[in-house]
Amino acid sequence: MIARRIIPCLDVRDGRVVKGVRFRDVQDAGDIEELATRYRDEGADELVFYDISASPAGRTADAGWVARAAVLLDIPFCVAGGIRSVDDAERLLHAGADKVSVNSPALAEPALIERLARRFGSQCVVVGIDSIKDGGDYTVRQYTGDAARTRAPGRRTLDWIREVQDRGAGEVVLNCMDQDGVRGGYDIAHLAAARAVCSVPLIASGGAGAREHFREVFSGADVDGALAAGVFHDGTLRIPELKRWLHGEQVTVRC
Amino acid sequence: MILIVDNGGANLASVTNALARLGRDAFVSGDPADLDRADRVIVPGVGAAAPAMQRLAATGMDAALVACTKPVLGICLGMQLLFEQSGEGEVACLGILPGRVTRFDGGARVPHMGWSTTTLSDVHPLWNGIADGEWFYYVHSYRADINGHTVAVCDHDAPFAAAVARANFAGVQFHPERSGPAGARLIENFIGWHP
Repeated sequence: MIARRIIPCLDVRDGRVVKGVRFRDVQDAGDIEELATRYRDEGADELVFYDISASPAGRTADAGWVARAAVLLDIPFCVAGGIRSVDDAERLLHAGADKVSVNSPALAEPALIERLARRFGSQCVVVGIDSIKDGGDYTVRQYTGDAARTRAPGRRTLDWIREVQDRGAGEVVLNCMDQDGVRGGYDIAHLAAARAVCSVPLIASGGAGAREHFREVFSGADVDGALAAGVFHDGTLRIPELKRWLHGEQVTVRC
Repeated sequence: MILIVDNGGANLASVTNALARLGRDAFVSGDPADLDRADRVIVPGVGAAAPAMQRLAATGMDAALVACTKPVLGICLGMQLLFEQSGEGEVACLGILPGRVTRFDGGARVPHMGWSTTTLSDVHPLWNGIADGEWFYYVHSYRADINGHTVAVCDHDAPFAAAVARANFAGVQFHPERSGPAGARLIENFIGWHP
């Protein structure tokens, strides 16, 4: 019996955890090690660290804080941000990350996914996808970390999900941009459409605001995990209570 | 002193960190001569079976492990290498345990990635103080059949071997270094194990 995963996402800028809606109004949210320890002790199933300053600055997430987090964490964690090559990924994995997540660089050069999967195995390779409702379809956005650079590379989201699996992705994180930061609930229809074409683990991102949203995304879109940031950072939801409630709602969680 | 066998995997830091959290000294080496300096041995593994076996064979570590009389713990791929054969690259493995490792088939979502309940099927010192049905963290696309050396079982569409043991060799399919306090307890039990 496998548990549905509850995954806090920590946005990191210049070695600190920050919060803000899509890179606007970014405020300090605390120390990386302090927050990592807190979520570990509260029963997070996994953590994602997203270095939001790396990609726009043309560099890769810093292996220094990854190594410090790795010393503390006895749960798995994934690092995202500016990973463009096998060498970039290797530095982060050797620093102790379990997985790396690639997004815009994979759109720029899809063969990157194959190279990462061949070198480290699919289980280390997560592809993050920023997706938006576009007429009656869903399409992908690139460079979403910087509003001025965000562009539509002309890919349908469901086609891209199929392609990244064929290329060796071991997990997909689908960030539904229409819901991101709004706290109105995950985009169930969007995620269910993704689920139908995704046979590797699928993680929902964007829209968590209340405990009911987690139940809905697990039952309505059959995702393997649900990622959230602000709702955990500001204490709106506490992971132990969330998990106990989900357990009572017949969702399989580790608690 | 614990030797962590360098088989080219990407999770050497995770295992080293887990031992450090328990206050245990460990060193990473692929040289079979270093087995003499170790009290016990961990064979970790993230990656594929064929390149890992090639790496062990290149230094003679494969034969040295088979002959090893110290406690040995294989983790994930490290456990799978204890078997005779892996379907991942159709490679002969160490053959310490009978049986084959094969890819998940049928309707299972692959990789099996996440926390799964783990059921004990035998009594073994590595499981002292660990509850039957405990959650452990798994990441793998290949799995070993259940046989007479299976100590614990996990289910992902179909049952497979979650933990195995034979004489001074033990293996776990999950990652104790990533499985919270229960995983730490299992590593502690390994450190205190005198087969």
